Amino acid sequence: MKKQLLFAACVTFVTVAAAHAQTVAITGGTVYPVSGPAIQNGTVLMRDGKIVAVGADVAVPAGAQRIDATGKIVTPGFIDASTTLGLVEIGGEPSTRDANAKGTDAIAASFRSWDGLNSESVNWAPARNEGVTSAVVLPGGGLVSGGAAMVDLADGTAAQMIRRAPVAMIAQIDNPRSAQTGARGELIGKLRNLIEDVKFYQAHRADYDRSATRSLTAPRVDLEAMIPVVEGKLPLAIEAERVDDIQAALRLAKEFNLKIIIMGGAEAWLAATDLAAAHVPVVAGAMNNIPTSFETLNQRQENLGILSKAGVTTAIVGNNGDGDEELFNVRNIKYEAGNAVAYGMTHDAALRAVTLAPAEMFGVADHVGSLQPGRDANVVIWSGDPFEFSTHAEHVYIHGRDVIAPSRQDMLTQRYKTLPPKYSQP
Amino acid sequence: MRTTSLFLLCAAGVACAHNPAPTPAASPSSSAPSSSATAGATASATSGRDSVGKPGIGALSLPNANPFPSTYVPFPSHTTLIRNATIMTAAGPTMQNASILLRDGKIVAVGTSVTAPADAVVIDGTGKYVTPGIIDIHSHLGVYAAPGGGGLNDGNEATNPNTSYVWAEHSVWPQDPQFPRILAGGVTTVQILPGSANLFGGRSAILKVVPSRTVQGMKFPGAKYGVKMACGENPKRVYASRGPSTRMGNVAGYRTAYIQAAEYRRKWDEWNANHKGPPPARDLGQETLAEVLRGDILPQMHCYRADEMAQMLDVAKEFGFKIRAFHHAVEAYKIADLLRENGTGAAMWADWGGFKEEAMDGIRANIALVDAAGAKAMIHSDDPSGSQRLNQEVAKAMYAGRAAGIDVTEDEAVKWMTINPAWALELDDKIGSLEPGKDADVVLWSGDPFSVYTKAEKVWIDGAMLFNRDDPAQNWRTDFDLGYVKGESR
Repeated sequence: MKKQLLFAACVTFVTVAAAHAQTVAITGGTVYPVSGPAIQNGTVLMRDGKIVAVGADVAVPAGAQRIDATGKIVTPGFIDASTTLGLVEIGGEPSTRDANAKGTDAIAASFRSWDGLNSESVNWAPARNEGVTSAVVLPGGGLVSGGAAMVDLADGTAAQMIRRAPVAMIAQIDNPRSAQTGARGELIGKLRNLIEDVKFYQAHRADYDRSATRSLTAPRVDLEAMIPVVEGKLPLAIEAERVDDIQAALRLAKEFNLKIIIMGGAEAWLAATDLAAAHVPVVAGAMNNIPTSFETLNQRQENLGILSKAGVTTAIVGNNGDGDEELFNVRNIKYEAGNAVAYGMTHDAALRAVTLAPAEMFGVADHVGSLQPGRDANVVIWSGDPFEFSTHAEHVYIHGRDVIAPSRQDMLTQRYKTLPPKYSQP
Repeated sequence: MRTTSLFLLCAAGVACAHNPAPTPAASPSSSAPSSSATAGATASATSGRDSVGKPGIGALSLPNANPFPSTYVPFPSHTTLIRNATIMTAAGPTMQNASILLRDGKIVAVGTSVTAPADAVVIDGTGKYVTPGIIDIHSHLGVYAAPGGGGLNDGNEATNPNTSYVWAEHSVWPQDPQFPRILAGGVTTVQILPGSANLFGGRSAILKVVPSRTVQGMKFPGAKYGVKMACGENPKRVYASRGPSTRMGNVAGYRTAYIQAAEYRRKWDEWNANHKGPPPARDLGQETLAEVLRGDILPQMHCYRADEMAQMLDVAKEFGFKIRAFHHAVEAYKIADLLRENGTGAAMWADWGGFKEEAMDGIRANIALVDAAGAKAMIHSDDPSGSQRLNQEVAKAMYAGRAAGIDVTEDEAVKWMTINPAWALELDDKIGSLEPGKDADVVLWSGDPFSVYTKAEKVWIDGAMLFNRDDPAQNWRTDFDLGYVKGESR
């Protein structure tokens, strides 16, 4: 019955995984709501998959399940703001790759990447067992790659996992070749033409349907998908590393009144003031200071700290460059955050950058990213500082349900702990 | 886009654990350049450096043939005492409030009652940790130099499944800006390997992580060469159209090569013994493999799956050599007992896996399980970024071991990045632990090296401080860094 109510209440096309009637009170821990200051000896009360109270003086109802978090840290579930979890299972096996659309002339705006989401991926469990409860699952390739979705890492059907979609349109000002152009200027021109054509299409829909307009740069479905972007309602998340590419993105945003997010942002620190002034957020990593390409000559580990101090909203994702942080190691964003702190970001800012900040950027802060009454009960109890190697997640709640369960890796570990293995176990 | 970078990079041949370069329309006729090498051998046999009736060094397939000798000279150093530090020696229990004395490029003393000579520079290590310099046994620095691109793509000679005739040092660019960046992560010795496109990728180069105009100026004096071999998916994918295209094709390829090398070795051993007639024709590739059979070149083998590693242990037995270490070895934990019995080590990541089918079964407890079984376990990077933080990788592996119920101590874990890779390079008598007489390759850490917040503060190689986080202006910048990279971005 509860479930039906939820279905009815859902405005976006998504649903939430089955909520639990169980009331759970996490008591005694140091609670970081992120939306407010830390609370010593705090209580987080969860009911029916939602947070109902957070504070130092929360009355625990009789019959509630009590979880003692004394000496532990309680935070919102972490959010990975850039991953192909659920779209790519094994990178080297093409049959399991669903992140890159063919598109038309490098434009795939109508690509709903989440339509191919693999709810049974073995990569969900290691991530959620280590405290990642939501992820921005996004496509790649081309000039405009398609739409991204915010996904809950809960067990369920793909439709139940998709929290909201689209949460952003993915594009790039980084690689002219991938955009099927020959130069940066041509790439930016192609993006500008697309935006202008979307506006033209909006204004001349009837003519377009009668084939009474000039030809446009993208098929109708892609023009349609771009409308929320040109209306400034859906963020255009632009992969840009080089400072000039970041500045080009800022100019484009200003020219067309777009809401944009910079993804990658290797040299964003060189544009920190402009990014802050334009209120443009950045999704970046903290573990790379290698000039890995001519686009990233000045990437440095202090990037996030500098941006954060300049007032830029930042989200932390993996960027060490091996590509592995996407799947097997989405769990490692907590260590990426620790490295950001080591290189100048405050601990509070780093925590926000893996919780509330990405939730705000992608328009889901009313559901996830902080511990406040009414938010989804996505909560993690950590044995210590969440960013330290010595710490582990003791409980991970998604919609109020503890989701920790053996991953495939855990099963293999168990099986081979004693050699030779017993092939019937675990 | 970030999401596709793995495949783009690897298609360009950049990384190599994941995917080697695809065969660039490999021509079946491009085999080992044996005929020209033969001609060269005859010439050098008569005009070699040693003219006293014997062929010159490098002309023969002999141990220590050394045509590109190391010119490395330690940098100027001061007698240095680090005191009041927590010292992880990799040779015994961690010492609290201890001191270490470095003089003339060597470690002179380690302990709680070491006094400073009058001329010593004294560094207060209160609250700080000291470890041996980190050894990264699997790197492609210099052969896949930053910032990448085709001009610097020198790691996979993907033109023949057996390129045992190439030497990684001939691709190493000493101005690769990645070198000072791994030094800043505490790495003092590195093995540069060719990529994994081929069954035999070529000889490795063992380098000190020091600035130099030439690769010879970085070469670790006296280090044995390694030879890169590769199992599994990479060779069979790269050579799909010409073979080997299967794992059974791979194994046939190793065996065929060693049959030829054994014959080559026999001919040369015979000629070396009696000098009768003209010397046999020289072949660079077979020369390398003959040295493997003699035990003078150490096979370092890229291999993911347990069953393939077990087969390679048998191939090695068939031809009477030892595989020194399997690299990547994501399934080493499944055959840790076999590794122990065969005296073969495993160089592993902390937690890479899942990026291709032979990597599906990667687990974070791999290193701890291999170590607990009594086999030589060690960390490796295969990645310039990972190489900068091998201490963090070890931390992940150590805590994963504990989570799996294995009692891993920090004293044991520190060996995974120091003395164990030194063993796999047969350099454990020179580096890898803090003991008197060893090379003064030392790292001073801002705190516990297994904390995410800790950084290498100072790094010494042969007693010379080559990195000092507190004095950025004095730190090594490569030629490439000048002008291309702002000072702050180092």
